[in-house]
Amino acid sequence: MSAGLTTAHSVVEPGRLSKRIATIVVVLYAVLTLLPLGWIFLTSLKSPPDSISYPPKVVFQPTIEGYCNLFTTRSRQTADYIKSLPPPSGSCEQIARDRNMVVVGTSNYAPRFLNSLIIAFGSTFCAVTLGTLAAYGFSRFKVPLADDLLFFILSTRMMPPIAVAIPIYLMYRELGLSDTKVGMILLYTAVNVSLAVWLLKGFIDEIPREYEEAAMIDGYTRLQAFRKVVLPQAATGIAATAIFCLIFAWNEYAFAVLLTSGEAQTAPPFIPIIIGEGGQDWPAVAAGTTLFLIPILVFTVLLRKHLLRGITFGAVRK
Amino acid sequence: MAEVVLEGVGKSFGAVKAVADLSLTIADGEFVVLLGPTGAGKTTTLRLVAGLEKPEAGRIAIGGRDVTREPPAARNVTFVFQQYSLYPHLSVYDNLAFPLRSPARRVPEPQIEETVRSVARLLRIEDKLKNRATQLSGGQMQRVAIGRALVRSPSIYLMDEPLSSLDAKLRSELRVELKRIQEQLGATILYVTHDQTEAMTLATRIGVIEQGRLIQIGSPREIYENPVSAYVASRLGSPGINLLPLALAPTLAAPHGATTVGARTEHLRIRRAAAGTGAVTGQVNWVEHLGDQNHLHVSVGDRSLVTLSDPDSGLDRGDTVAIDFVRPLFFDAAGARVQAG
Ligand SMILES: Nc1ncnc2c1ncn2[C@@H]1O[C@H](COP(=O)(O)OP(=O)(O)OP(=O)(O)O)[C@@H](O)[C@H]1O
Ligand SMILES: [Mg+2]
Repeated sequence: MSAGLTTAHSVVEPGRLSKRIATIVVVLYAVLTLLPLGWIFLTSLKSPPDSISYPPKVVFQPTIEGYCNLFTTRSRQTADYIKSLPPPSGSCEQIARDRNMVVVGTSNYAPRFLNSLIIAFGSTFCAVTLGTLAAYGFSRFKVPLADDLLFFILSTRMMPPIAVAIPIYLMYRELGLSDTKVGMILLYTAVNVSLAVWLLKGFIDEIPREYEEAAMIDGYTRLQAFRKVVLPQAATGIAATAIFCLIFAWNEYAFAVLLTSGEAQTAPPFIPIIIGEGGQDWPAVAAGTTLFLIPILVFTVLLRKHLLRGITFGAVRK
Repeated sequence: MAEVVLEGVGKSFGAVKAVADLSLTIADGEFVVLLGPTGAGKTTTLRLVAGLEKPEAGRIAIGGRDVTREPPAARNVTFVFQQYSLYPHLSVYDNLAFPLRSPARRVPEPQIEETVRSVARLLRIEDKLKNRATQLSGGQMQRVAIGRALVRSPSIYLMDEPLSSLDAKLRSELRVELKRIQEQLGATILYVTHDQTEAMTLATRIGVIEQGRLIQIGSPREIYENPVSAYVASRLGSPGINLLPLALAPTLAAPHGATTVGARTEHLRIRRAAAGTGAVTGQVNWVEHLGDQNHLHVSVGDRSLVTLSDPDSGLDRGDTVAIDFVRPLFFDAAGARVQAG
């Protein structure tokens, strides 16, 4: 081998030039996708006038006003009335009074956010659980018409889910599932389970049966062998699938608008509502969006190791 | 430990008859080795005994109890697999403890620890107990796999080429170890191998399988000295038995019906001599030096013989040799043995 020509360890590794090009492309892409997110974050720290100033401000005095407005409801009062009040109890109150307003209550953002958490994680849990069991069944047993069933499962993804919006709307109204968390969990589970089955079947297919057979000879029942031997080895695939399911359920907007309005409303349809309340409060919208990104970010970072391996569809398992 | 009986067992995969009408009794404490070429149905036989495959025909009894319809867990057998033997997500210790931790068994943890440590000591893997199963060499993995079978005392140990991925030195060490353990425990073992040294040294009895059928079963000596067919004869002996058409040795006194003569090294007397002085005349093609012995390749007509020879026999490439046969084996046109005289 001629030394010094390349740093690649093996012929399948890309050379230095292609690595450099790849890096540039990745960095460009990252900047492109991160730019709007960064702008949203900056906006969330601006005052409302700063947020709509033209030309846009990059240097500004940061304030938590957006976050205050996100979590509170306020009403406009006369300056005299505000002067007659006792000193403000917190910085949000202070900010509100500076704009001739008083805080009258908490906004719906927190409960909507909680709804999002419950519905997204709940449906992810259901989809991944069902998906794992179904995938295991398809992978290990002779299921009659297995190929047709698998195709049928996949075919549920072939149209945009919103195409069935009206039947589902009517069905849900009839069944009393409209605007309930259970209804939303069921709906998102139904959409995600097909993806889960297909992804997980690939992972489980790759786990040699010999492990379960060994466990069954070692005195475990099939179910016990599944838990002790298959699940730990499918962890990578399960994590990757969970992230995909969670991202869908977390971001889903159309059904959430259609089917929820109060009790079970999630954060995505709530955020645009902020825009409508008393002028366009962009910092509050940006604050809502920024906070909305956090759970998925945390979840993805926590499972990142699995995800990176998972996206290669088990090719580099071990 | 228990007696294991297979009676007329058959198993097909689609059109492939993996095991056909196989009857075999493994006595309590016996070490039976199955020999056969790849695809002969050896693994399938073990899997049938373990309960991993359901037979289409016949019955299987372990310790006098019919287990044909029972799941693997109920049969109290252990299996050392040909591959994928260890749970990759567990440590070596946990791998060894796995069978003892089965919910059905409920062995107390201190006792598990004691058993695992003693088995690890036996197989010399004590210092690897904390390793992940994937962080072992092939030989160490294989020993852990054997260890996992040894932690409990099953009715029968099923072993599918357990030593195949080891280097020669370790293999012979473990072979001795395995034999010692078997005698010490009085274990009943059904063992599959391609390695005839293993078969000869370990087995109480050897069963030769061809295309799912048990062709012959008997003590290693019986199989070696008294094979029922050319096929069985070619399974044992190194270098393999030489099969020559009788037409090449017209002067040989052959029994009626024989068409082929089978000669192992010990059946051959080779000396340098002029043509026409022995039963057969041949020519040394080449000599392979193995160290303590030589492989002599001799061409006879259009055939070639391979035999062992002393390094100081003085024979060399190009020499003309006279070959005599001493009580060779005879086979008929179908390959079946024809008894001499
Ligand atoms: N699950 C299966 N599906 C289909 N055919 C199979 C299956 N298992 C084994 N067979 C076939 O059955 C025959 C016997 O296979 P088996 O694994 O028992 O061979 P073997 O004697 O163990 O061979 P080797 O020495 O290569 O391990 C082969 O022809 C094989 O192709
Ligand atoms: Mg095999």
